[in-house]
Amino acid sequence: MEDMSEYPLELSGDNVPMVRFMNVTKSYGALVVLDKLDLEIAAGEMVTVIGPSGSGKTTVLRMLMTLETINGGVIYVDGQPLTHMPKGGVLVPADARHLRKIRASIGMCFQHFNLFPHMTALQNCMEGPVQVLGLSKQVARERSEELLDLVGMIDKKDQHPSRLSGGQQQRVAIARALAMRPKVMLFDEVTSALDPEVIGEVTNVIRKLVSEHNLTMLMVTHQMGFARDISDRICFFFGGRIEEQGPPDALFENPQRDRTRQFLSAVKEAV
Amino acid sequence: MNFNWRWDFTFEILPRLLWATLNTLMAAGVGYAIAVVLGLVLALAQRTEFRPLTLLAREFVEFIRSTPLVLQIFFVFYVGPQFGIRLSPWVSGMVAIGLHYSAYLSEVYRGGLESVPKGQWEACTALNMTSRQTYFRVIIPQALPPSLAGMGNYLVGILKDTPMLSVIGVAELMHTANAIGSESYRFLEPYTLVGIIFLAISLPAAGLIRLFEIWVRRKLGMR
Amino acid sequence: MQVSYWEFLQTYGARFLDGTAVTGIQFLFASAVAIVVALIAGLGKLSSNPLIRGIAITYIEIFRGTSLLVQLYWIFFVLPLFGITLPKFAAGFLSVGMNVGAYGAELVRGAIQSVPKGQWEAALALNMSPAQRMRRVILPQAFLLMLPPWGNLIIELLKGTALVSLISVADLMFQSKQINASTYLSAQSFGTALIVYYILARFLVTPFMRWLERVMARRLGRG
Repeated sequence: MEDMSEYPLELSGDNVPMVRFMNVTKSYGALVVLDKLDLEIAAGEMVTVIGPSGSGKTTVLRMLMTLETINGGVIYVDGQPLTHMPKGGVLVPADARHLRKIRASIGMCFQHFNLFPHMTALQNCMEGPVQVLGLSKQVARERSEELLDLVGMIDKKDQHPSRLSGGQQQRVAIARALAMRPKVMLFDEVTSALDPEVIGEVTNVIRKLVSEHNLTMLMVTHQMGFARDISDRICFFFGGRIEEQGPPDALFENPQRDRTRQFLSAVKEAV
Repeated sequence: MNFNWRWDFTFEILPRLLWATLNTLMAAGVGYAIAVVLGLVLALAQRTEFRPLTLLAREFVEFIRSTPLVLQIFFVFYVGPQFGIRLSPWVSGMVAIGLHYSAYLSEVYRGGLESVPKGQWEACTALNMTSRQTYFRVIIPQALPPSLAGMGNYLVGILKDTPMLSVIGVAELMHTANAIGSESYRFLEPYTLVGIIFLAISLPAAGLIRLFEIWVRRKLGMR
Repeated sequence: MQVSYWEFLQTYGARFLDGTAVTGIQFLFASAVAIVVALIAGLGKLSSNPLIRGIAITYIEIFRGTSLLVQLYWIFFVLPLFGITLPKFAAGFLSVGMNVGAYGAELVRGAIQSVPKGQWEAALALNMSPAQRMRRVILPQAFLLMLPPWGNLIIELLKGTALVSLISVADLMFQSKQINASTYLSAQSFGTALIVYYILARFLVTPFMRWLERVMARRLGRG
């Protein structure tokens, strides 16, 4: 058992990061996917995670969305513990209620969109606000239409997902996540399942979000050029750890570690 | 060969058989209603985190599916009185056939629930939905269309199994045909008519179920 | 009620065993009939000859559209009027086998149709005759595909044999009914039979079918 007394009950002070991974370990049996990960993301920061497959980069996002449980360490969101909750002066594993409370500030978009096939684009966007946030249908509709307009999908709002292309579905999925007004947005390989010619329509939406909204974002992608353009910081993952991180230009132009260089040159050759 | 179809006899017994068909349809309907609800309970019980309940439900389903319905009907009808509970043929018949088909329907539901992609559950988590909202708003609506074919097959199945209720004296179609046979010593017409009546119901039923399935899919906006 | 279950078994155990043996034989004979009928009707439904196809489809629809009990009574009570009198033992397993065979025919047809088209084309390219193509290339692959659903169907067949008790074949079901009638110990009589059927299905037939699946998969190099 881990000694939980070394973890603060909450983060306080002037520069509380929006997301903080502290000593986070994830393993499947003997296979260690993430090894004592420490990662901080400041409010409003755009961080991109890159790395070879199997390096644990997607797991980082899935843990933050509570889709995966963690085996050690604590994740904090906006100063509050997410995976744990304070009880009797120490942190204990979070119960469902606590998870629901903290999870409300996180939104996620998936590689395979995961839109609800039995609902139209608009209904997909309204589902969370009406059912979970308890907004009136009127308010939820206005908010959803505004966001569908933002992602350029307003004229398809009454279509079911099966009638939409991959790129269109992903844009609706982004609007659906934004409709919950999250503080942190997670993008998990959102362009990997798309045909090359529609990747741009999705990356343009994300560009717009970065320039116009003050969201904290964490993204996993294989689009190196895109990552370089819009990120404040790039984290290169290797073997369950952060091998190297830094501002995009520095990391891409002047990588310090051999593995980073190897990875970047392998990616360049593939293009 | 003493084969001779008597039309006058046919028309004499037809009203009686058609009247009994109503009982058959009612038995199938009531039994199915029990099975639809109980089957859902059995399917959801197998998805809970509480291991003993999961195992118990699983074993119950296996047991029901491995033993003959006609024996279960006898069991329910005769065992009650041994312990001072008297159930009418109708009640015990409905309990037995409803229980039997609930085991089969729970398997249909289970398959339907498992056919919903994992990403749908994850999207619900990402939208911070409760497990109740997840089930009722997202998972069950999607599990329904793939379950409909199986549910329809078992509706026809339960109809075709109602003749077994005749063994404890439920006055359905088979029971009536038996009665006519023993009164008149003519078996050709009653048994053949029973077969034709069943065909007349179950053949179109398959097509109707298929149409219903398409209609539901369209209603839910799914292809 | 005063009799312990142990005493009950000592007195009637032999009769349960006799009944189980009869059920076992009915099961084996009916399985053989079902497999042969399923192959003939399944292939017949795929025949290019409209007459053969028509006969196969009619057979399948009639036997699937009515219930086993109706077919059993018809074969036992009505067929003699056409000059075909069967002993009750033969009428029993023939009815069960022909009924299950109609369902099996659909499995045969489905499995043959799901063998990839490229296999037909490859066999044709080797200039095999239609019979060779079917026997040497398609059927072995189709056999592997249909084994899992046959596992379920064979359990249905085992349960179906319980109905032969209704034309007085002295199987397990029949014996338990007789014992119940003379002792009024319904829970013991029917309960014992339920347990025996459960053991047969869960611990004999199902493991055997699983074993067969593994053996066949290995033979086709997919183990």
